[in-house]
Amino acid sequence: MNYGELLKLLAPESILALTLLLVLGADATFLSGRAPGLRRAVAASLTVAGCMGAIYWIFFFPIHGHLFSGVLVVDPLTQVTKQVLLLLTAATALLTLETAFTPHVGEYFGLQLLATLGFLFMVSSEDILTIFVALELASLSLYMLASFAKGNLASAEAGLKYFLYGGLASAFLLFGFSLLYGLTGETLLAKIAAKITTTPRDPLLVVAISMVLTGLGFKIAAVPFQLWAPDVYEGAPTPSAALIASGSKLASFFLLEKMMTIGLSSAVGSGAFHALAAGWVPMLAMLAGLSLIVGNLTALAQTSVKRLLAYSAIAHAGYALLGVIANSSQGFVALLFYVMTYGFTVLGAFGVVAVVERQTGSDRLEAFAGLSRRSPVLAGVLFVCLLSLAGIPPLAGFFGKFYLFAAILRAGAPSLGILWLVILAIALSAVSLFYYLQVLKQAFVREAPLELPFSVKPSTQLVLILLALCVILFGCAPDLLVSKLLLALKAAAPGLVF
Amino acid sequence: MLAWTIYISFLGAGLLLCLSSAHKSAARVIALLSAVGGFIIALAGAWASDGRLQEVIRISWVPSLGLRYYLAADGISLTLVLLTGLAAVTGILFSWNIQHRVREFFAFYLALIGGVYGVFLSFDLFLLFVFYEIAIVPKYFLIAIWGSTRKEYGAMKLALYSFIGSAMVLIGLVAAYVVAGANTFDLLELAKYPFPLGFQLWVFPLVFIGFAILAGLWPFHTWAPTGHVAAPTAASMLLAGVVMKLGAYGALRVAMTLFPLGLLAWQKPLALLATTGIVYGATVALVQKDFKFVIGYSSVSHMGFVLLGLMTLTNIGLSGAVLQMFSHGIIAGLLFAVVGRMVYDRTHTRELAVLEGMDLGRALPFAAVTFTIAGAASMGMPGFSGFVAELQVLIGAWKAFPYYALLGGLGVILGVVYTLRAIRKAFFGEHPAPPEPGHEPPPPITLPERLGSLILLAATVLIGLYPRLLLDLIIPSLNAPWMQHLVNGGRP
Repeated sequence: MNYGELLKLLAPESILALTLLLVLGADATFLSGRAPGLRRAVAASLTVAGCMGAIYWIFFFPIHGHLFSGVLVVDPLTQVTKQVLLLLTAATALLTLETAFTPHVGEYFGLQLLATLGFLFMVSSEDILTIFVALELASLSLYMLASFAKGNLASAEAGLKYFLYGGLASAFLLFGFSLLYGLTGETLLAKIAAKITTTPRDPLLVVAISMVLTGLGFKIAAVPFQLWAPDVYEGAPTPSAALIASGSKLASFFLLEKMMTIGLSSAVGSGAFHALAAGWVPMLAMLAGLSLIVGNLTALAQTSVKRLLAYSAIAHAGYALLGVIANSSQGFVALLFYVMTYGFTVLGAFGVVAVVERQTGSDRLEAFAGLSRRSPVLAGVLFVCLLSLAGIPPLAGFFGKFYLFAAILRAGAPSLGILWLVILAIALSAVSLFYYLQVLKQAFVREAPLELPFSVKPSTQLVLILLALCVILFGCAPDLLVSKLLLALKAAAPGLVF
Repeated sequence: MLAWTIYISFLGAGLLLCLSSAHKSAARVIALLSAVGGFIIALAGAWASDGRLQEVIRISWVPSLGLRYYLAADGISLTLVLLTGLAAVTGILFSWNIQHRVREFFAFYLALIGGVYGVFLSFDLFLLFVFYEIAIVPKYFLIAIWGSTRKEYGAMKLALYSFIGSAMVLIGLVAAYVVAGANTFDLLELAKYPFPLGFQLWVFPLVFIGFAILAGLWPFHTWAPTGHVAAPTAASMLLAGVVMKLGAYGALRVAMTLFPLGLLAWQKPLALLATTGIVYGATVALVQKDFKFVIGYSSVSHMGFVLLGLMTLTNIGLSGAVLQMFSHGIIAGLLFAVVGRMVYDRTHTRELAVLEGMDLGRALPFAAVTFTIAGAASMGMPGFSGFVAELQVLIGAWKAFPYYALLGGLGVILGVVYTLRAIRKAFFGEHPAPPEPGHEPPPPITLPERLGSLILLAATVLIGLYPRLLLDLIIPSLNAPWMQHLVNGGRP
């Protein structure tokens, strides 16, 4: 292992780090004192250019390998995921142009890049030490992003809450990791799995699994670790919330899947209805069931659209967990498909919310009244994104859900033991249509008191239209992404039989 | 070729969305052309068909899950595709005068039509489900934006009922897909797989009722009257005319085809529910004060005949059920058109007590005549399609369960009573109030309205006098090998 090789394997990360320095430097030197609009435009362009550069690098210089005997893993699957993460960050950066809450432009975009850097490392790590460091890099950046609107009390509260809960969750995670290390004497996931030979009834292992799940459950906002989500989504600046909802979700789920299926592959257990067996599957099944119920039912009562999206995010974490619980390669692909398309969808929704909030000063349901007249494009994007979240075909959310259900049932076939969870998920998706329609009802049916057209930046329109098109495309032709993910997974783990 | 019914509708909807909202007449013309195009394709397809299954297109869609884009048509599909075409064209004729957000109205309308065509033509169950759900969303907006009388409530109720129904269907389909383990959703391949009895016993009612909610199966029918009443005329024509058929079609094509053992076990209870629906719908229609509610509940009653016919598991009962789907689609569409478009839009009331004083028989003679003829068809007078269909259903039911057939006969008699009551009160009130001074007579019936009525009347008379036009399509498809258990009393 020489440094040249290291640099090649970590080229996307290096490009991102350089971009970060460039953004900060440009903003601090020749842009200081210029109009904030210009500074935002330059910072956003640099961010997008950096992300695109990294994506192109991954695309044109595919290189794979394991660094330091597997501490950092670069394989086709991590590379696809990284590309999607970079796309999400680029879209978020462009949507940030709609907002004007902070004079510290360079720092804000810089932190977005730093968080993304954390996501990329989260995806590549297969060693509990690097996992923890990557996770903290992402988390600390996100805490700051959440509290970045300094003049706004809600944002400060959001940041503080996120930080306090997040710190606690990190402590749990670290404690869980230390127990795992104590049990096995290893830090690499694969080696940990090999050393866990006792049945999961070893109380120390059960405690370790619970602690790890507590820490990661916080990141994905699964019940009962979800309490921070509504306040953060509502109080944080909209682009920050969008990044927390999209990129952070994708990276965390990827990490969770690897942690469970590789690191704890010998303590799986079973969540089947009549055959519960101790392990992480029944624990996750409980988390998934609770998230589905609490998220969907609480969302029914919301009047703020950002809070509604927060509760819907909790519910969607429940759906995505089905993919982890499946504990199969199909489940892995279904999970990735779901979380990736969810990222696009939720970014689109947050983009619309950002515009509406800037123009009406509120994100209440009533603020969306007459949207179809005031801005047909925004209304169209909202229509596509929310219906995809509700799981209406031919949009990506529907296929994602179906794929998850098929994967989890197939993993247990011919027994239908896990069907209870699928029934719960499908039944609650019927409930979810109600609250998504509440928003669409305002946008399409109700009329606004003042039907002034919204002014939307062309860049925002472009990003939102592209996101909506992605949602439609991956719904109509899911195979574009599915086959790519399946191939990548096969190449990443040829002997994969979990 | 038949696939173009779907594409032309969605293309029309897309084209309308690109249009500027100022071009109202252009929007109407585009909508009408798309609907007529779809209808002509459907007619050509039915003309060329001998009722046996013909494949339209079959390509792989998501290979790793075995999903296919598989469209095909047999006589049953074609009958309903024809009905959809008829309902689409006449619905547009009856909404010619819409002024509010015209472009969006017709875009949602065509999207709904496209989804419905898709359901009737899909032979891959995943694809069928996709089209089935596509049809849910436009319904909501059609009612919530352009409806009347508690429109947001009616629209949400309909959307949730449909979505809950489709959730039940989805559970059943995913479970069947995994249990069969053949990595396919192909209807014909799944129909060959012998699902275990224990599995069928719970999956069959789940899927059947999931679909039948939309067909107005008692006691899950409550969305129908409120939804029909809240909907704008064209949407209630589509709801009664086509959307309720989606439910019945799904129940036949999916639930009954895949799970014969479950069907046999649940045949009697479901027949009881269907018969209850017939009598209940008719009885409630008898005491309604709102003209449109009469038709709404009569739809529940007539759809009961469809479900009863399906449950007979005899050749004649099943072909009667399919014929009744067609017949009710046309007649209910016509009745809703008269009530919603000709009467309500002109008088702004649907209260039978108020209409009684208006002497509409003299003021709107065309409406009165149309409604009387449609009413006669609806109550099952010989010479109209309703007679042939309900007779077949009752004969089939007589073979399978005589008592239910008797109750069904009672439903027919009640049908005569509530229809006559509605005709008398609405058009031939005995004590017309003298017109108030300064009261304007209602505007005359327009040309598109006349045209729409004549098309529907012609269809019901044609099928009433010569039912073989459709029966020649329906019966060969019932004789297909994979439907044998359905016409042999449930035995394979």
